[in-house]
Amino acid sequence: MSEQVVDKRRRLFLTAAATAVTGVGAAYVAVPFLSSMNPSDRAKAAGAPVEADIAKLEPGQLIRVEWRGKPVWVLKRTPEVMAELNAEGDYLRDPESNESEQPESCKNSGRSIKPEVFLAVGICTHLGCSPTFRPEVAPEDLGPEWKGGFFCPCHGSKFDLSGRVFAGVPAPLNLVVPPHEYITDSRIIIGSEGGQA
Amino acid sequence: MSGMLKNALCWMDDRFPVTKVWNEHLAEYYAPKNFNWMYYFGSLAMLVLVNQIITGIFLTIHYKPDAKLAFDSVEYIMRDVEWGWLIRYMHSTGASAFFVVVYLHMFRGLIYGSFKKPRELVWIFGMIIYVALMAEAFMGYLLPWGQMSYWGAQVIVSLFGAIPYVGEDLALWLRGDYVISDATLNRFFAFHVIAIPLVLVILVFMHIVALHAVGSNNPEGIEIKKHKDDKGVPLDGIPFHPYYSVKDLVGVAVFLFFFALIIFYMPEMGGYFLEHANFIPANPLKTPDHIAPVWYFTPFYAVLRAVPDKFLGVVAMGAAIVVLFLLPWLDRGVNKSIRYRGPVFKAAIVAFVISFIGLGYFGMQPVTPVGTFFSRFFSIVYFAFFLLMPFYSNLAQDEYVPERVDEK
Repeated sequence: MSEQVVDKRRRLFLTAAATAVTGVGAAYVAVPFLSSMNPSDRAKAAGAPVEADIAKLEPGQLIRVEWRGKPVWVLKRTPEVMAELNAEGDYLRDPESNESEQPESCKNSGRSIKPEVFLAVGICTHLGCSPTFRPEVAPEDLGPEWKGGFFCPCHGSKFDLSGRVFAGVPAPLNLVVPPHEYITDSRIIIGSEGGQA
Repeated sequence: MSGMLKNALCWMDDRFPVTKVWNEHLAEYYAPKNFNWMYYFGSLAMLVLVNQIITGIFLTIHYKPDAKLAFDSVEYIMRDVEWGWLIRYMHSTGASAFFVVVYLHMFRGLIYGSFKKPRELVWIFGMIIYVALMAEAFMGYLLPWGQMSYWGAQVIVSLFGAIPYVGEDLALWLRGDYVISDATLNRFFAFHVIAIPLVLVILVFMHIVALHAVGSNNPEGIEIKKHKDDKGVPLDGIPFHPYYSVKDLVGVAVFLFFFALIIFYMPEMGGYFLEHANFIPANPLKTPDHIAPVWYFTPFYAVLRAVPDKFLGVVAMGAAIVVLFLLPWLDRGVNKSIRYRGPVFKAAIVAFVISFIGLGYFGMQPVTPVGTFFSRFFSIVYFAFFLLMPFYSNLAQDEYVPERVDEK
């Protein structure tokens, strides 16, 4: 009985096999824990579309609607602003919105379905602050070139009234235009497009 | 009576090494006899850690980690709970005190070469403690659910979103929702009160075990273990207990004097320890006009803002912390202590301190062209200090370094 010789290769194989199997098991066990940190079903359901009524929206006025916990701006632009927006472009980073996020229906110069009614998620594409609405022309703090737009107080990013980002500011992309559609002439449903939420 | 106690101790020692641990880490742990006041900050950091744990436990007794209830529950602690205001201010002031003490502790290590061979792991464990402490402080700051809590968390979690490909999903996973919300608050609470404190305590344990294995450095940078008497006791060493345990009590008294002064007379520190905007409940639809992190993060925040590119800014900020880990290998100086390192290294240390404080200052200010210019300048000095260290750290060092403490 005492003459047994230790087979080191076998022992090594068993150790390695046991370690590998334990490792795979540990990885599988980690899945439920890591997945539990993803948005829950309730959080996903809260991403349901919301409605905005723009019947009483005056030109130049901006209202905020909460969608998925984020502010969504609905802005009615004046014809003067629209003319300005179509004219300018050279100081913008992405004037044609090629790299930026918007529904197909809004991939035009005004970034909107109806030219004057502009919707955007009011979250800066830099680090997620909510820019302030600064419609006035050439205010003291923003300089004489300012033609009205959105200014992010956190890191100084600037956007025009189509949510297009200026060049040379930290934000890399234009503001996100959320998917939306018109149910009637004055009612918008945000978070849904072509009947799909 | 003392016979009975002795018997009880013997009974214990046969089952658990009480006397052995006591001797190894206190009564027969020989520390260099020339510690100066900069050696207080290690034990003070332990004191603050204990303060944070105890006050934290008592705060959780009344606090509610719920987006609807959190802000009010903090106000409830401040107004209606007996002595609640004191416990809360001890905790919030303790957070800033922790960083004051830790920054001074790290600075001590930097100038006396305490990170150099054979203490590299002491430094690495300490750096991991520092990073864990930053995570702890950041998550704790969300809990009062004020405007600064909310938008600070929004900005910091968005930093992860800047990582290419996986960033957005990672940020979503961290938040547990599409925005900072109740789900985020709840999980930050879990990390803040149990996960990270446990990690911190284990790391502090490892930091001390590593330190006691290699022995403490000292302001002269002398290895006291090189000269021992016939019993193996370092000639320049004195037992930690009672010599330094009693000495540290003096440091504790001075520290507590200032700590109490702040708690009782300026707990918000003019908006530097508790920011004004945080007394307004979180509003996901409106960002405060000026947001800045709490003072202990501002040097790194200034580095972030100095870079005019989202991803590279995040990279630079991360690199500013990572580079600290590499210190033991960047510094090629033979002499440990700044006392024998010559003018080039001394000048570099001065430039580093100025740039770190400068970054801290501009990180608190709103974005201005002047601020951006100086943030960039100081960021360059900060990185140059570390990255050029292999080239300048050995220049013009003193030829003569004493072998023994008090040798002149």
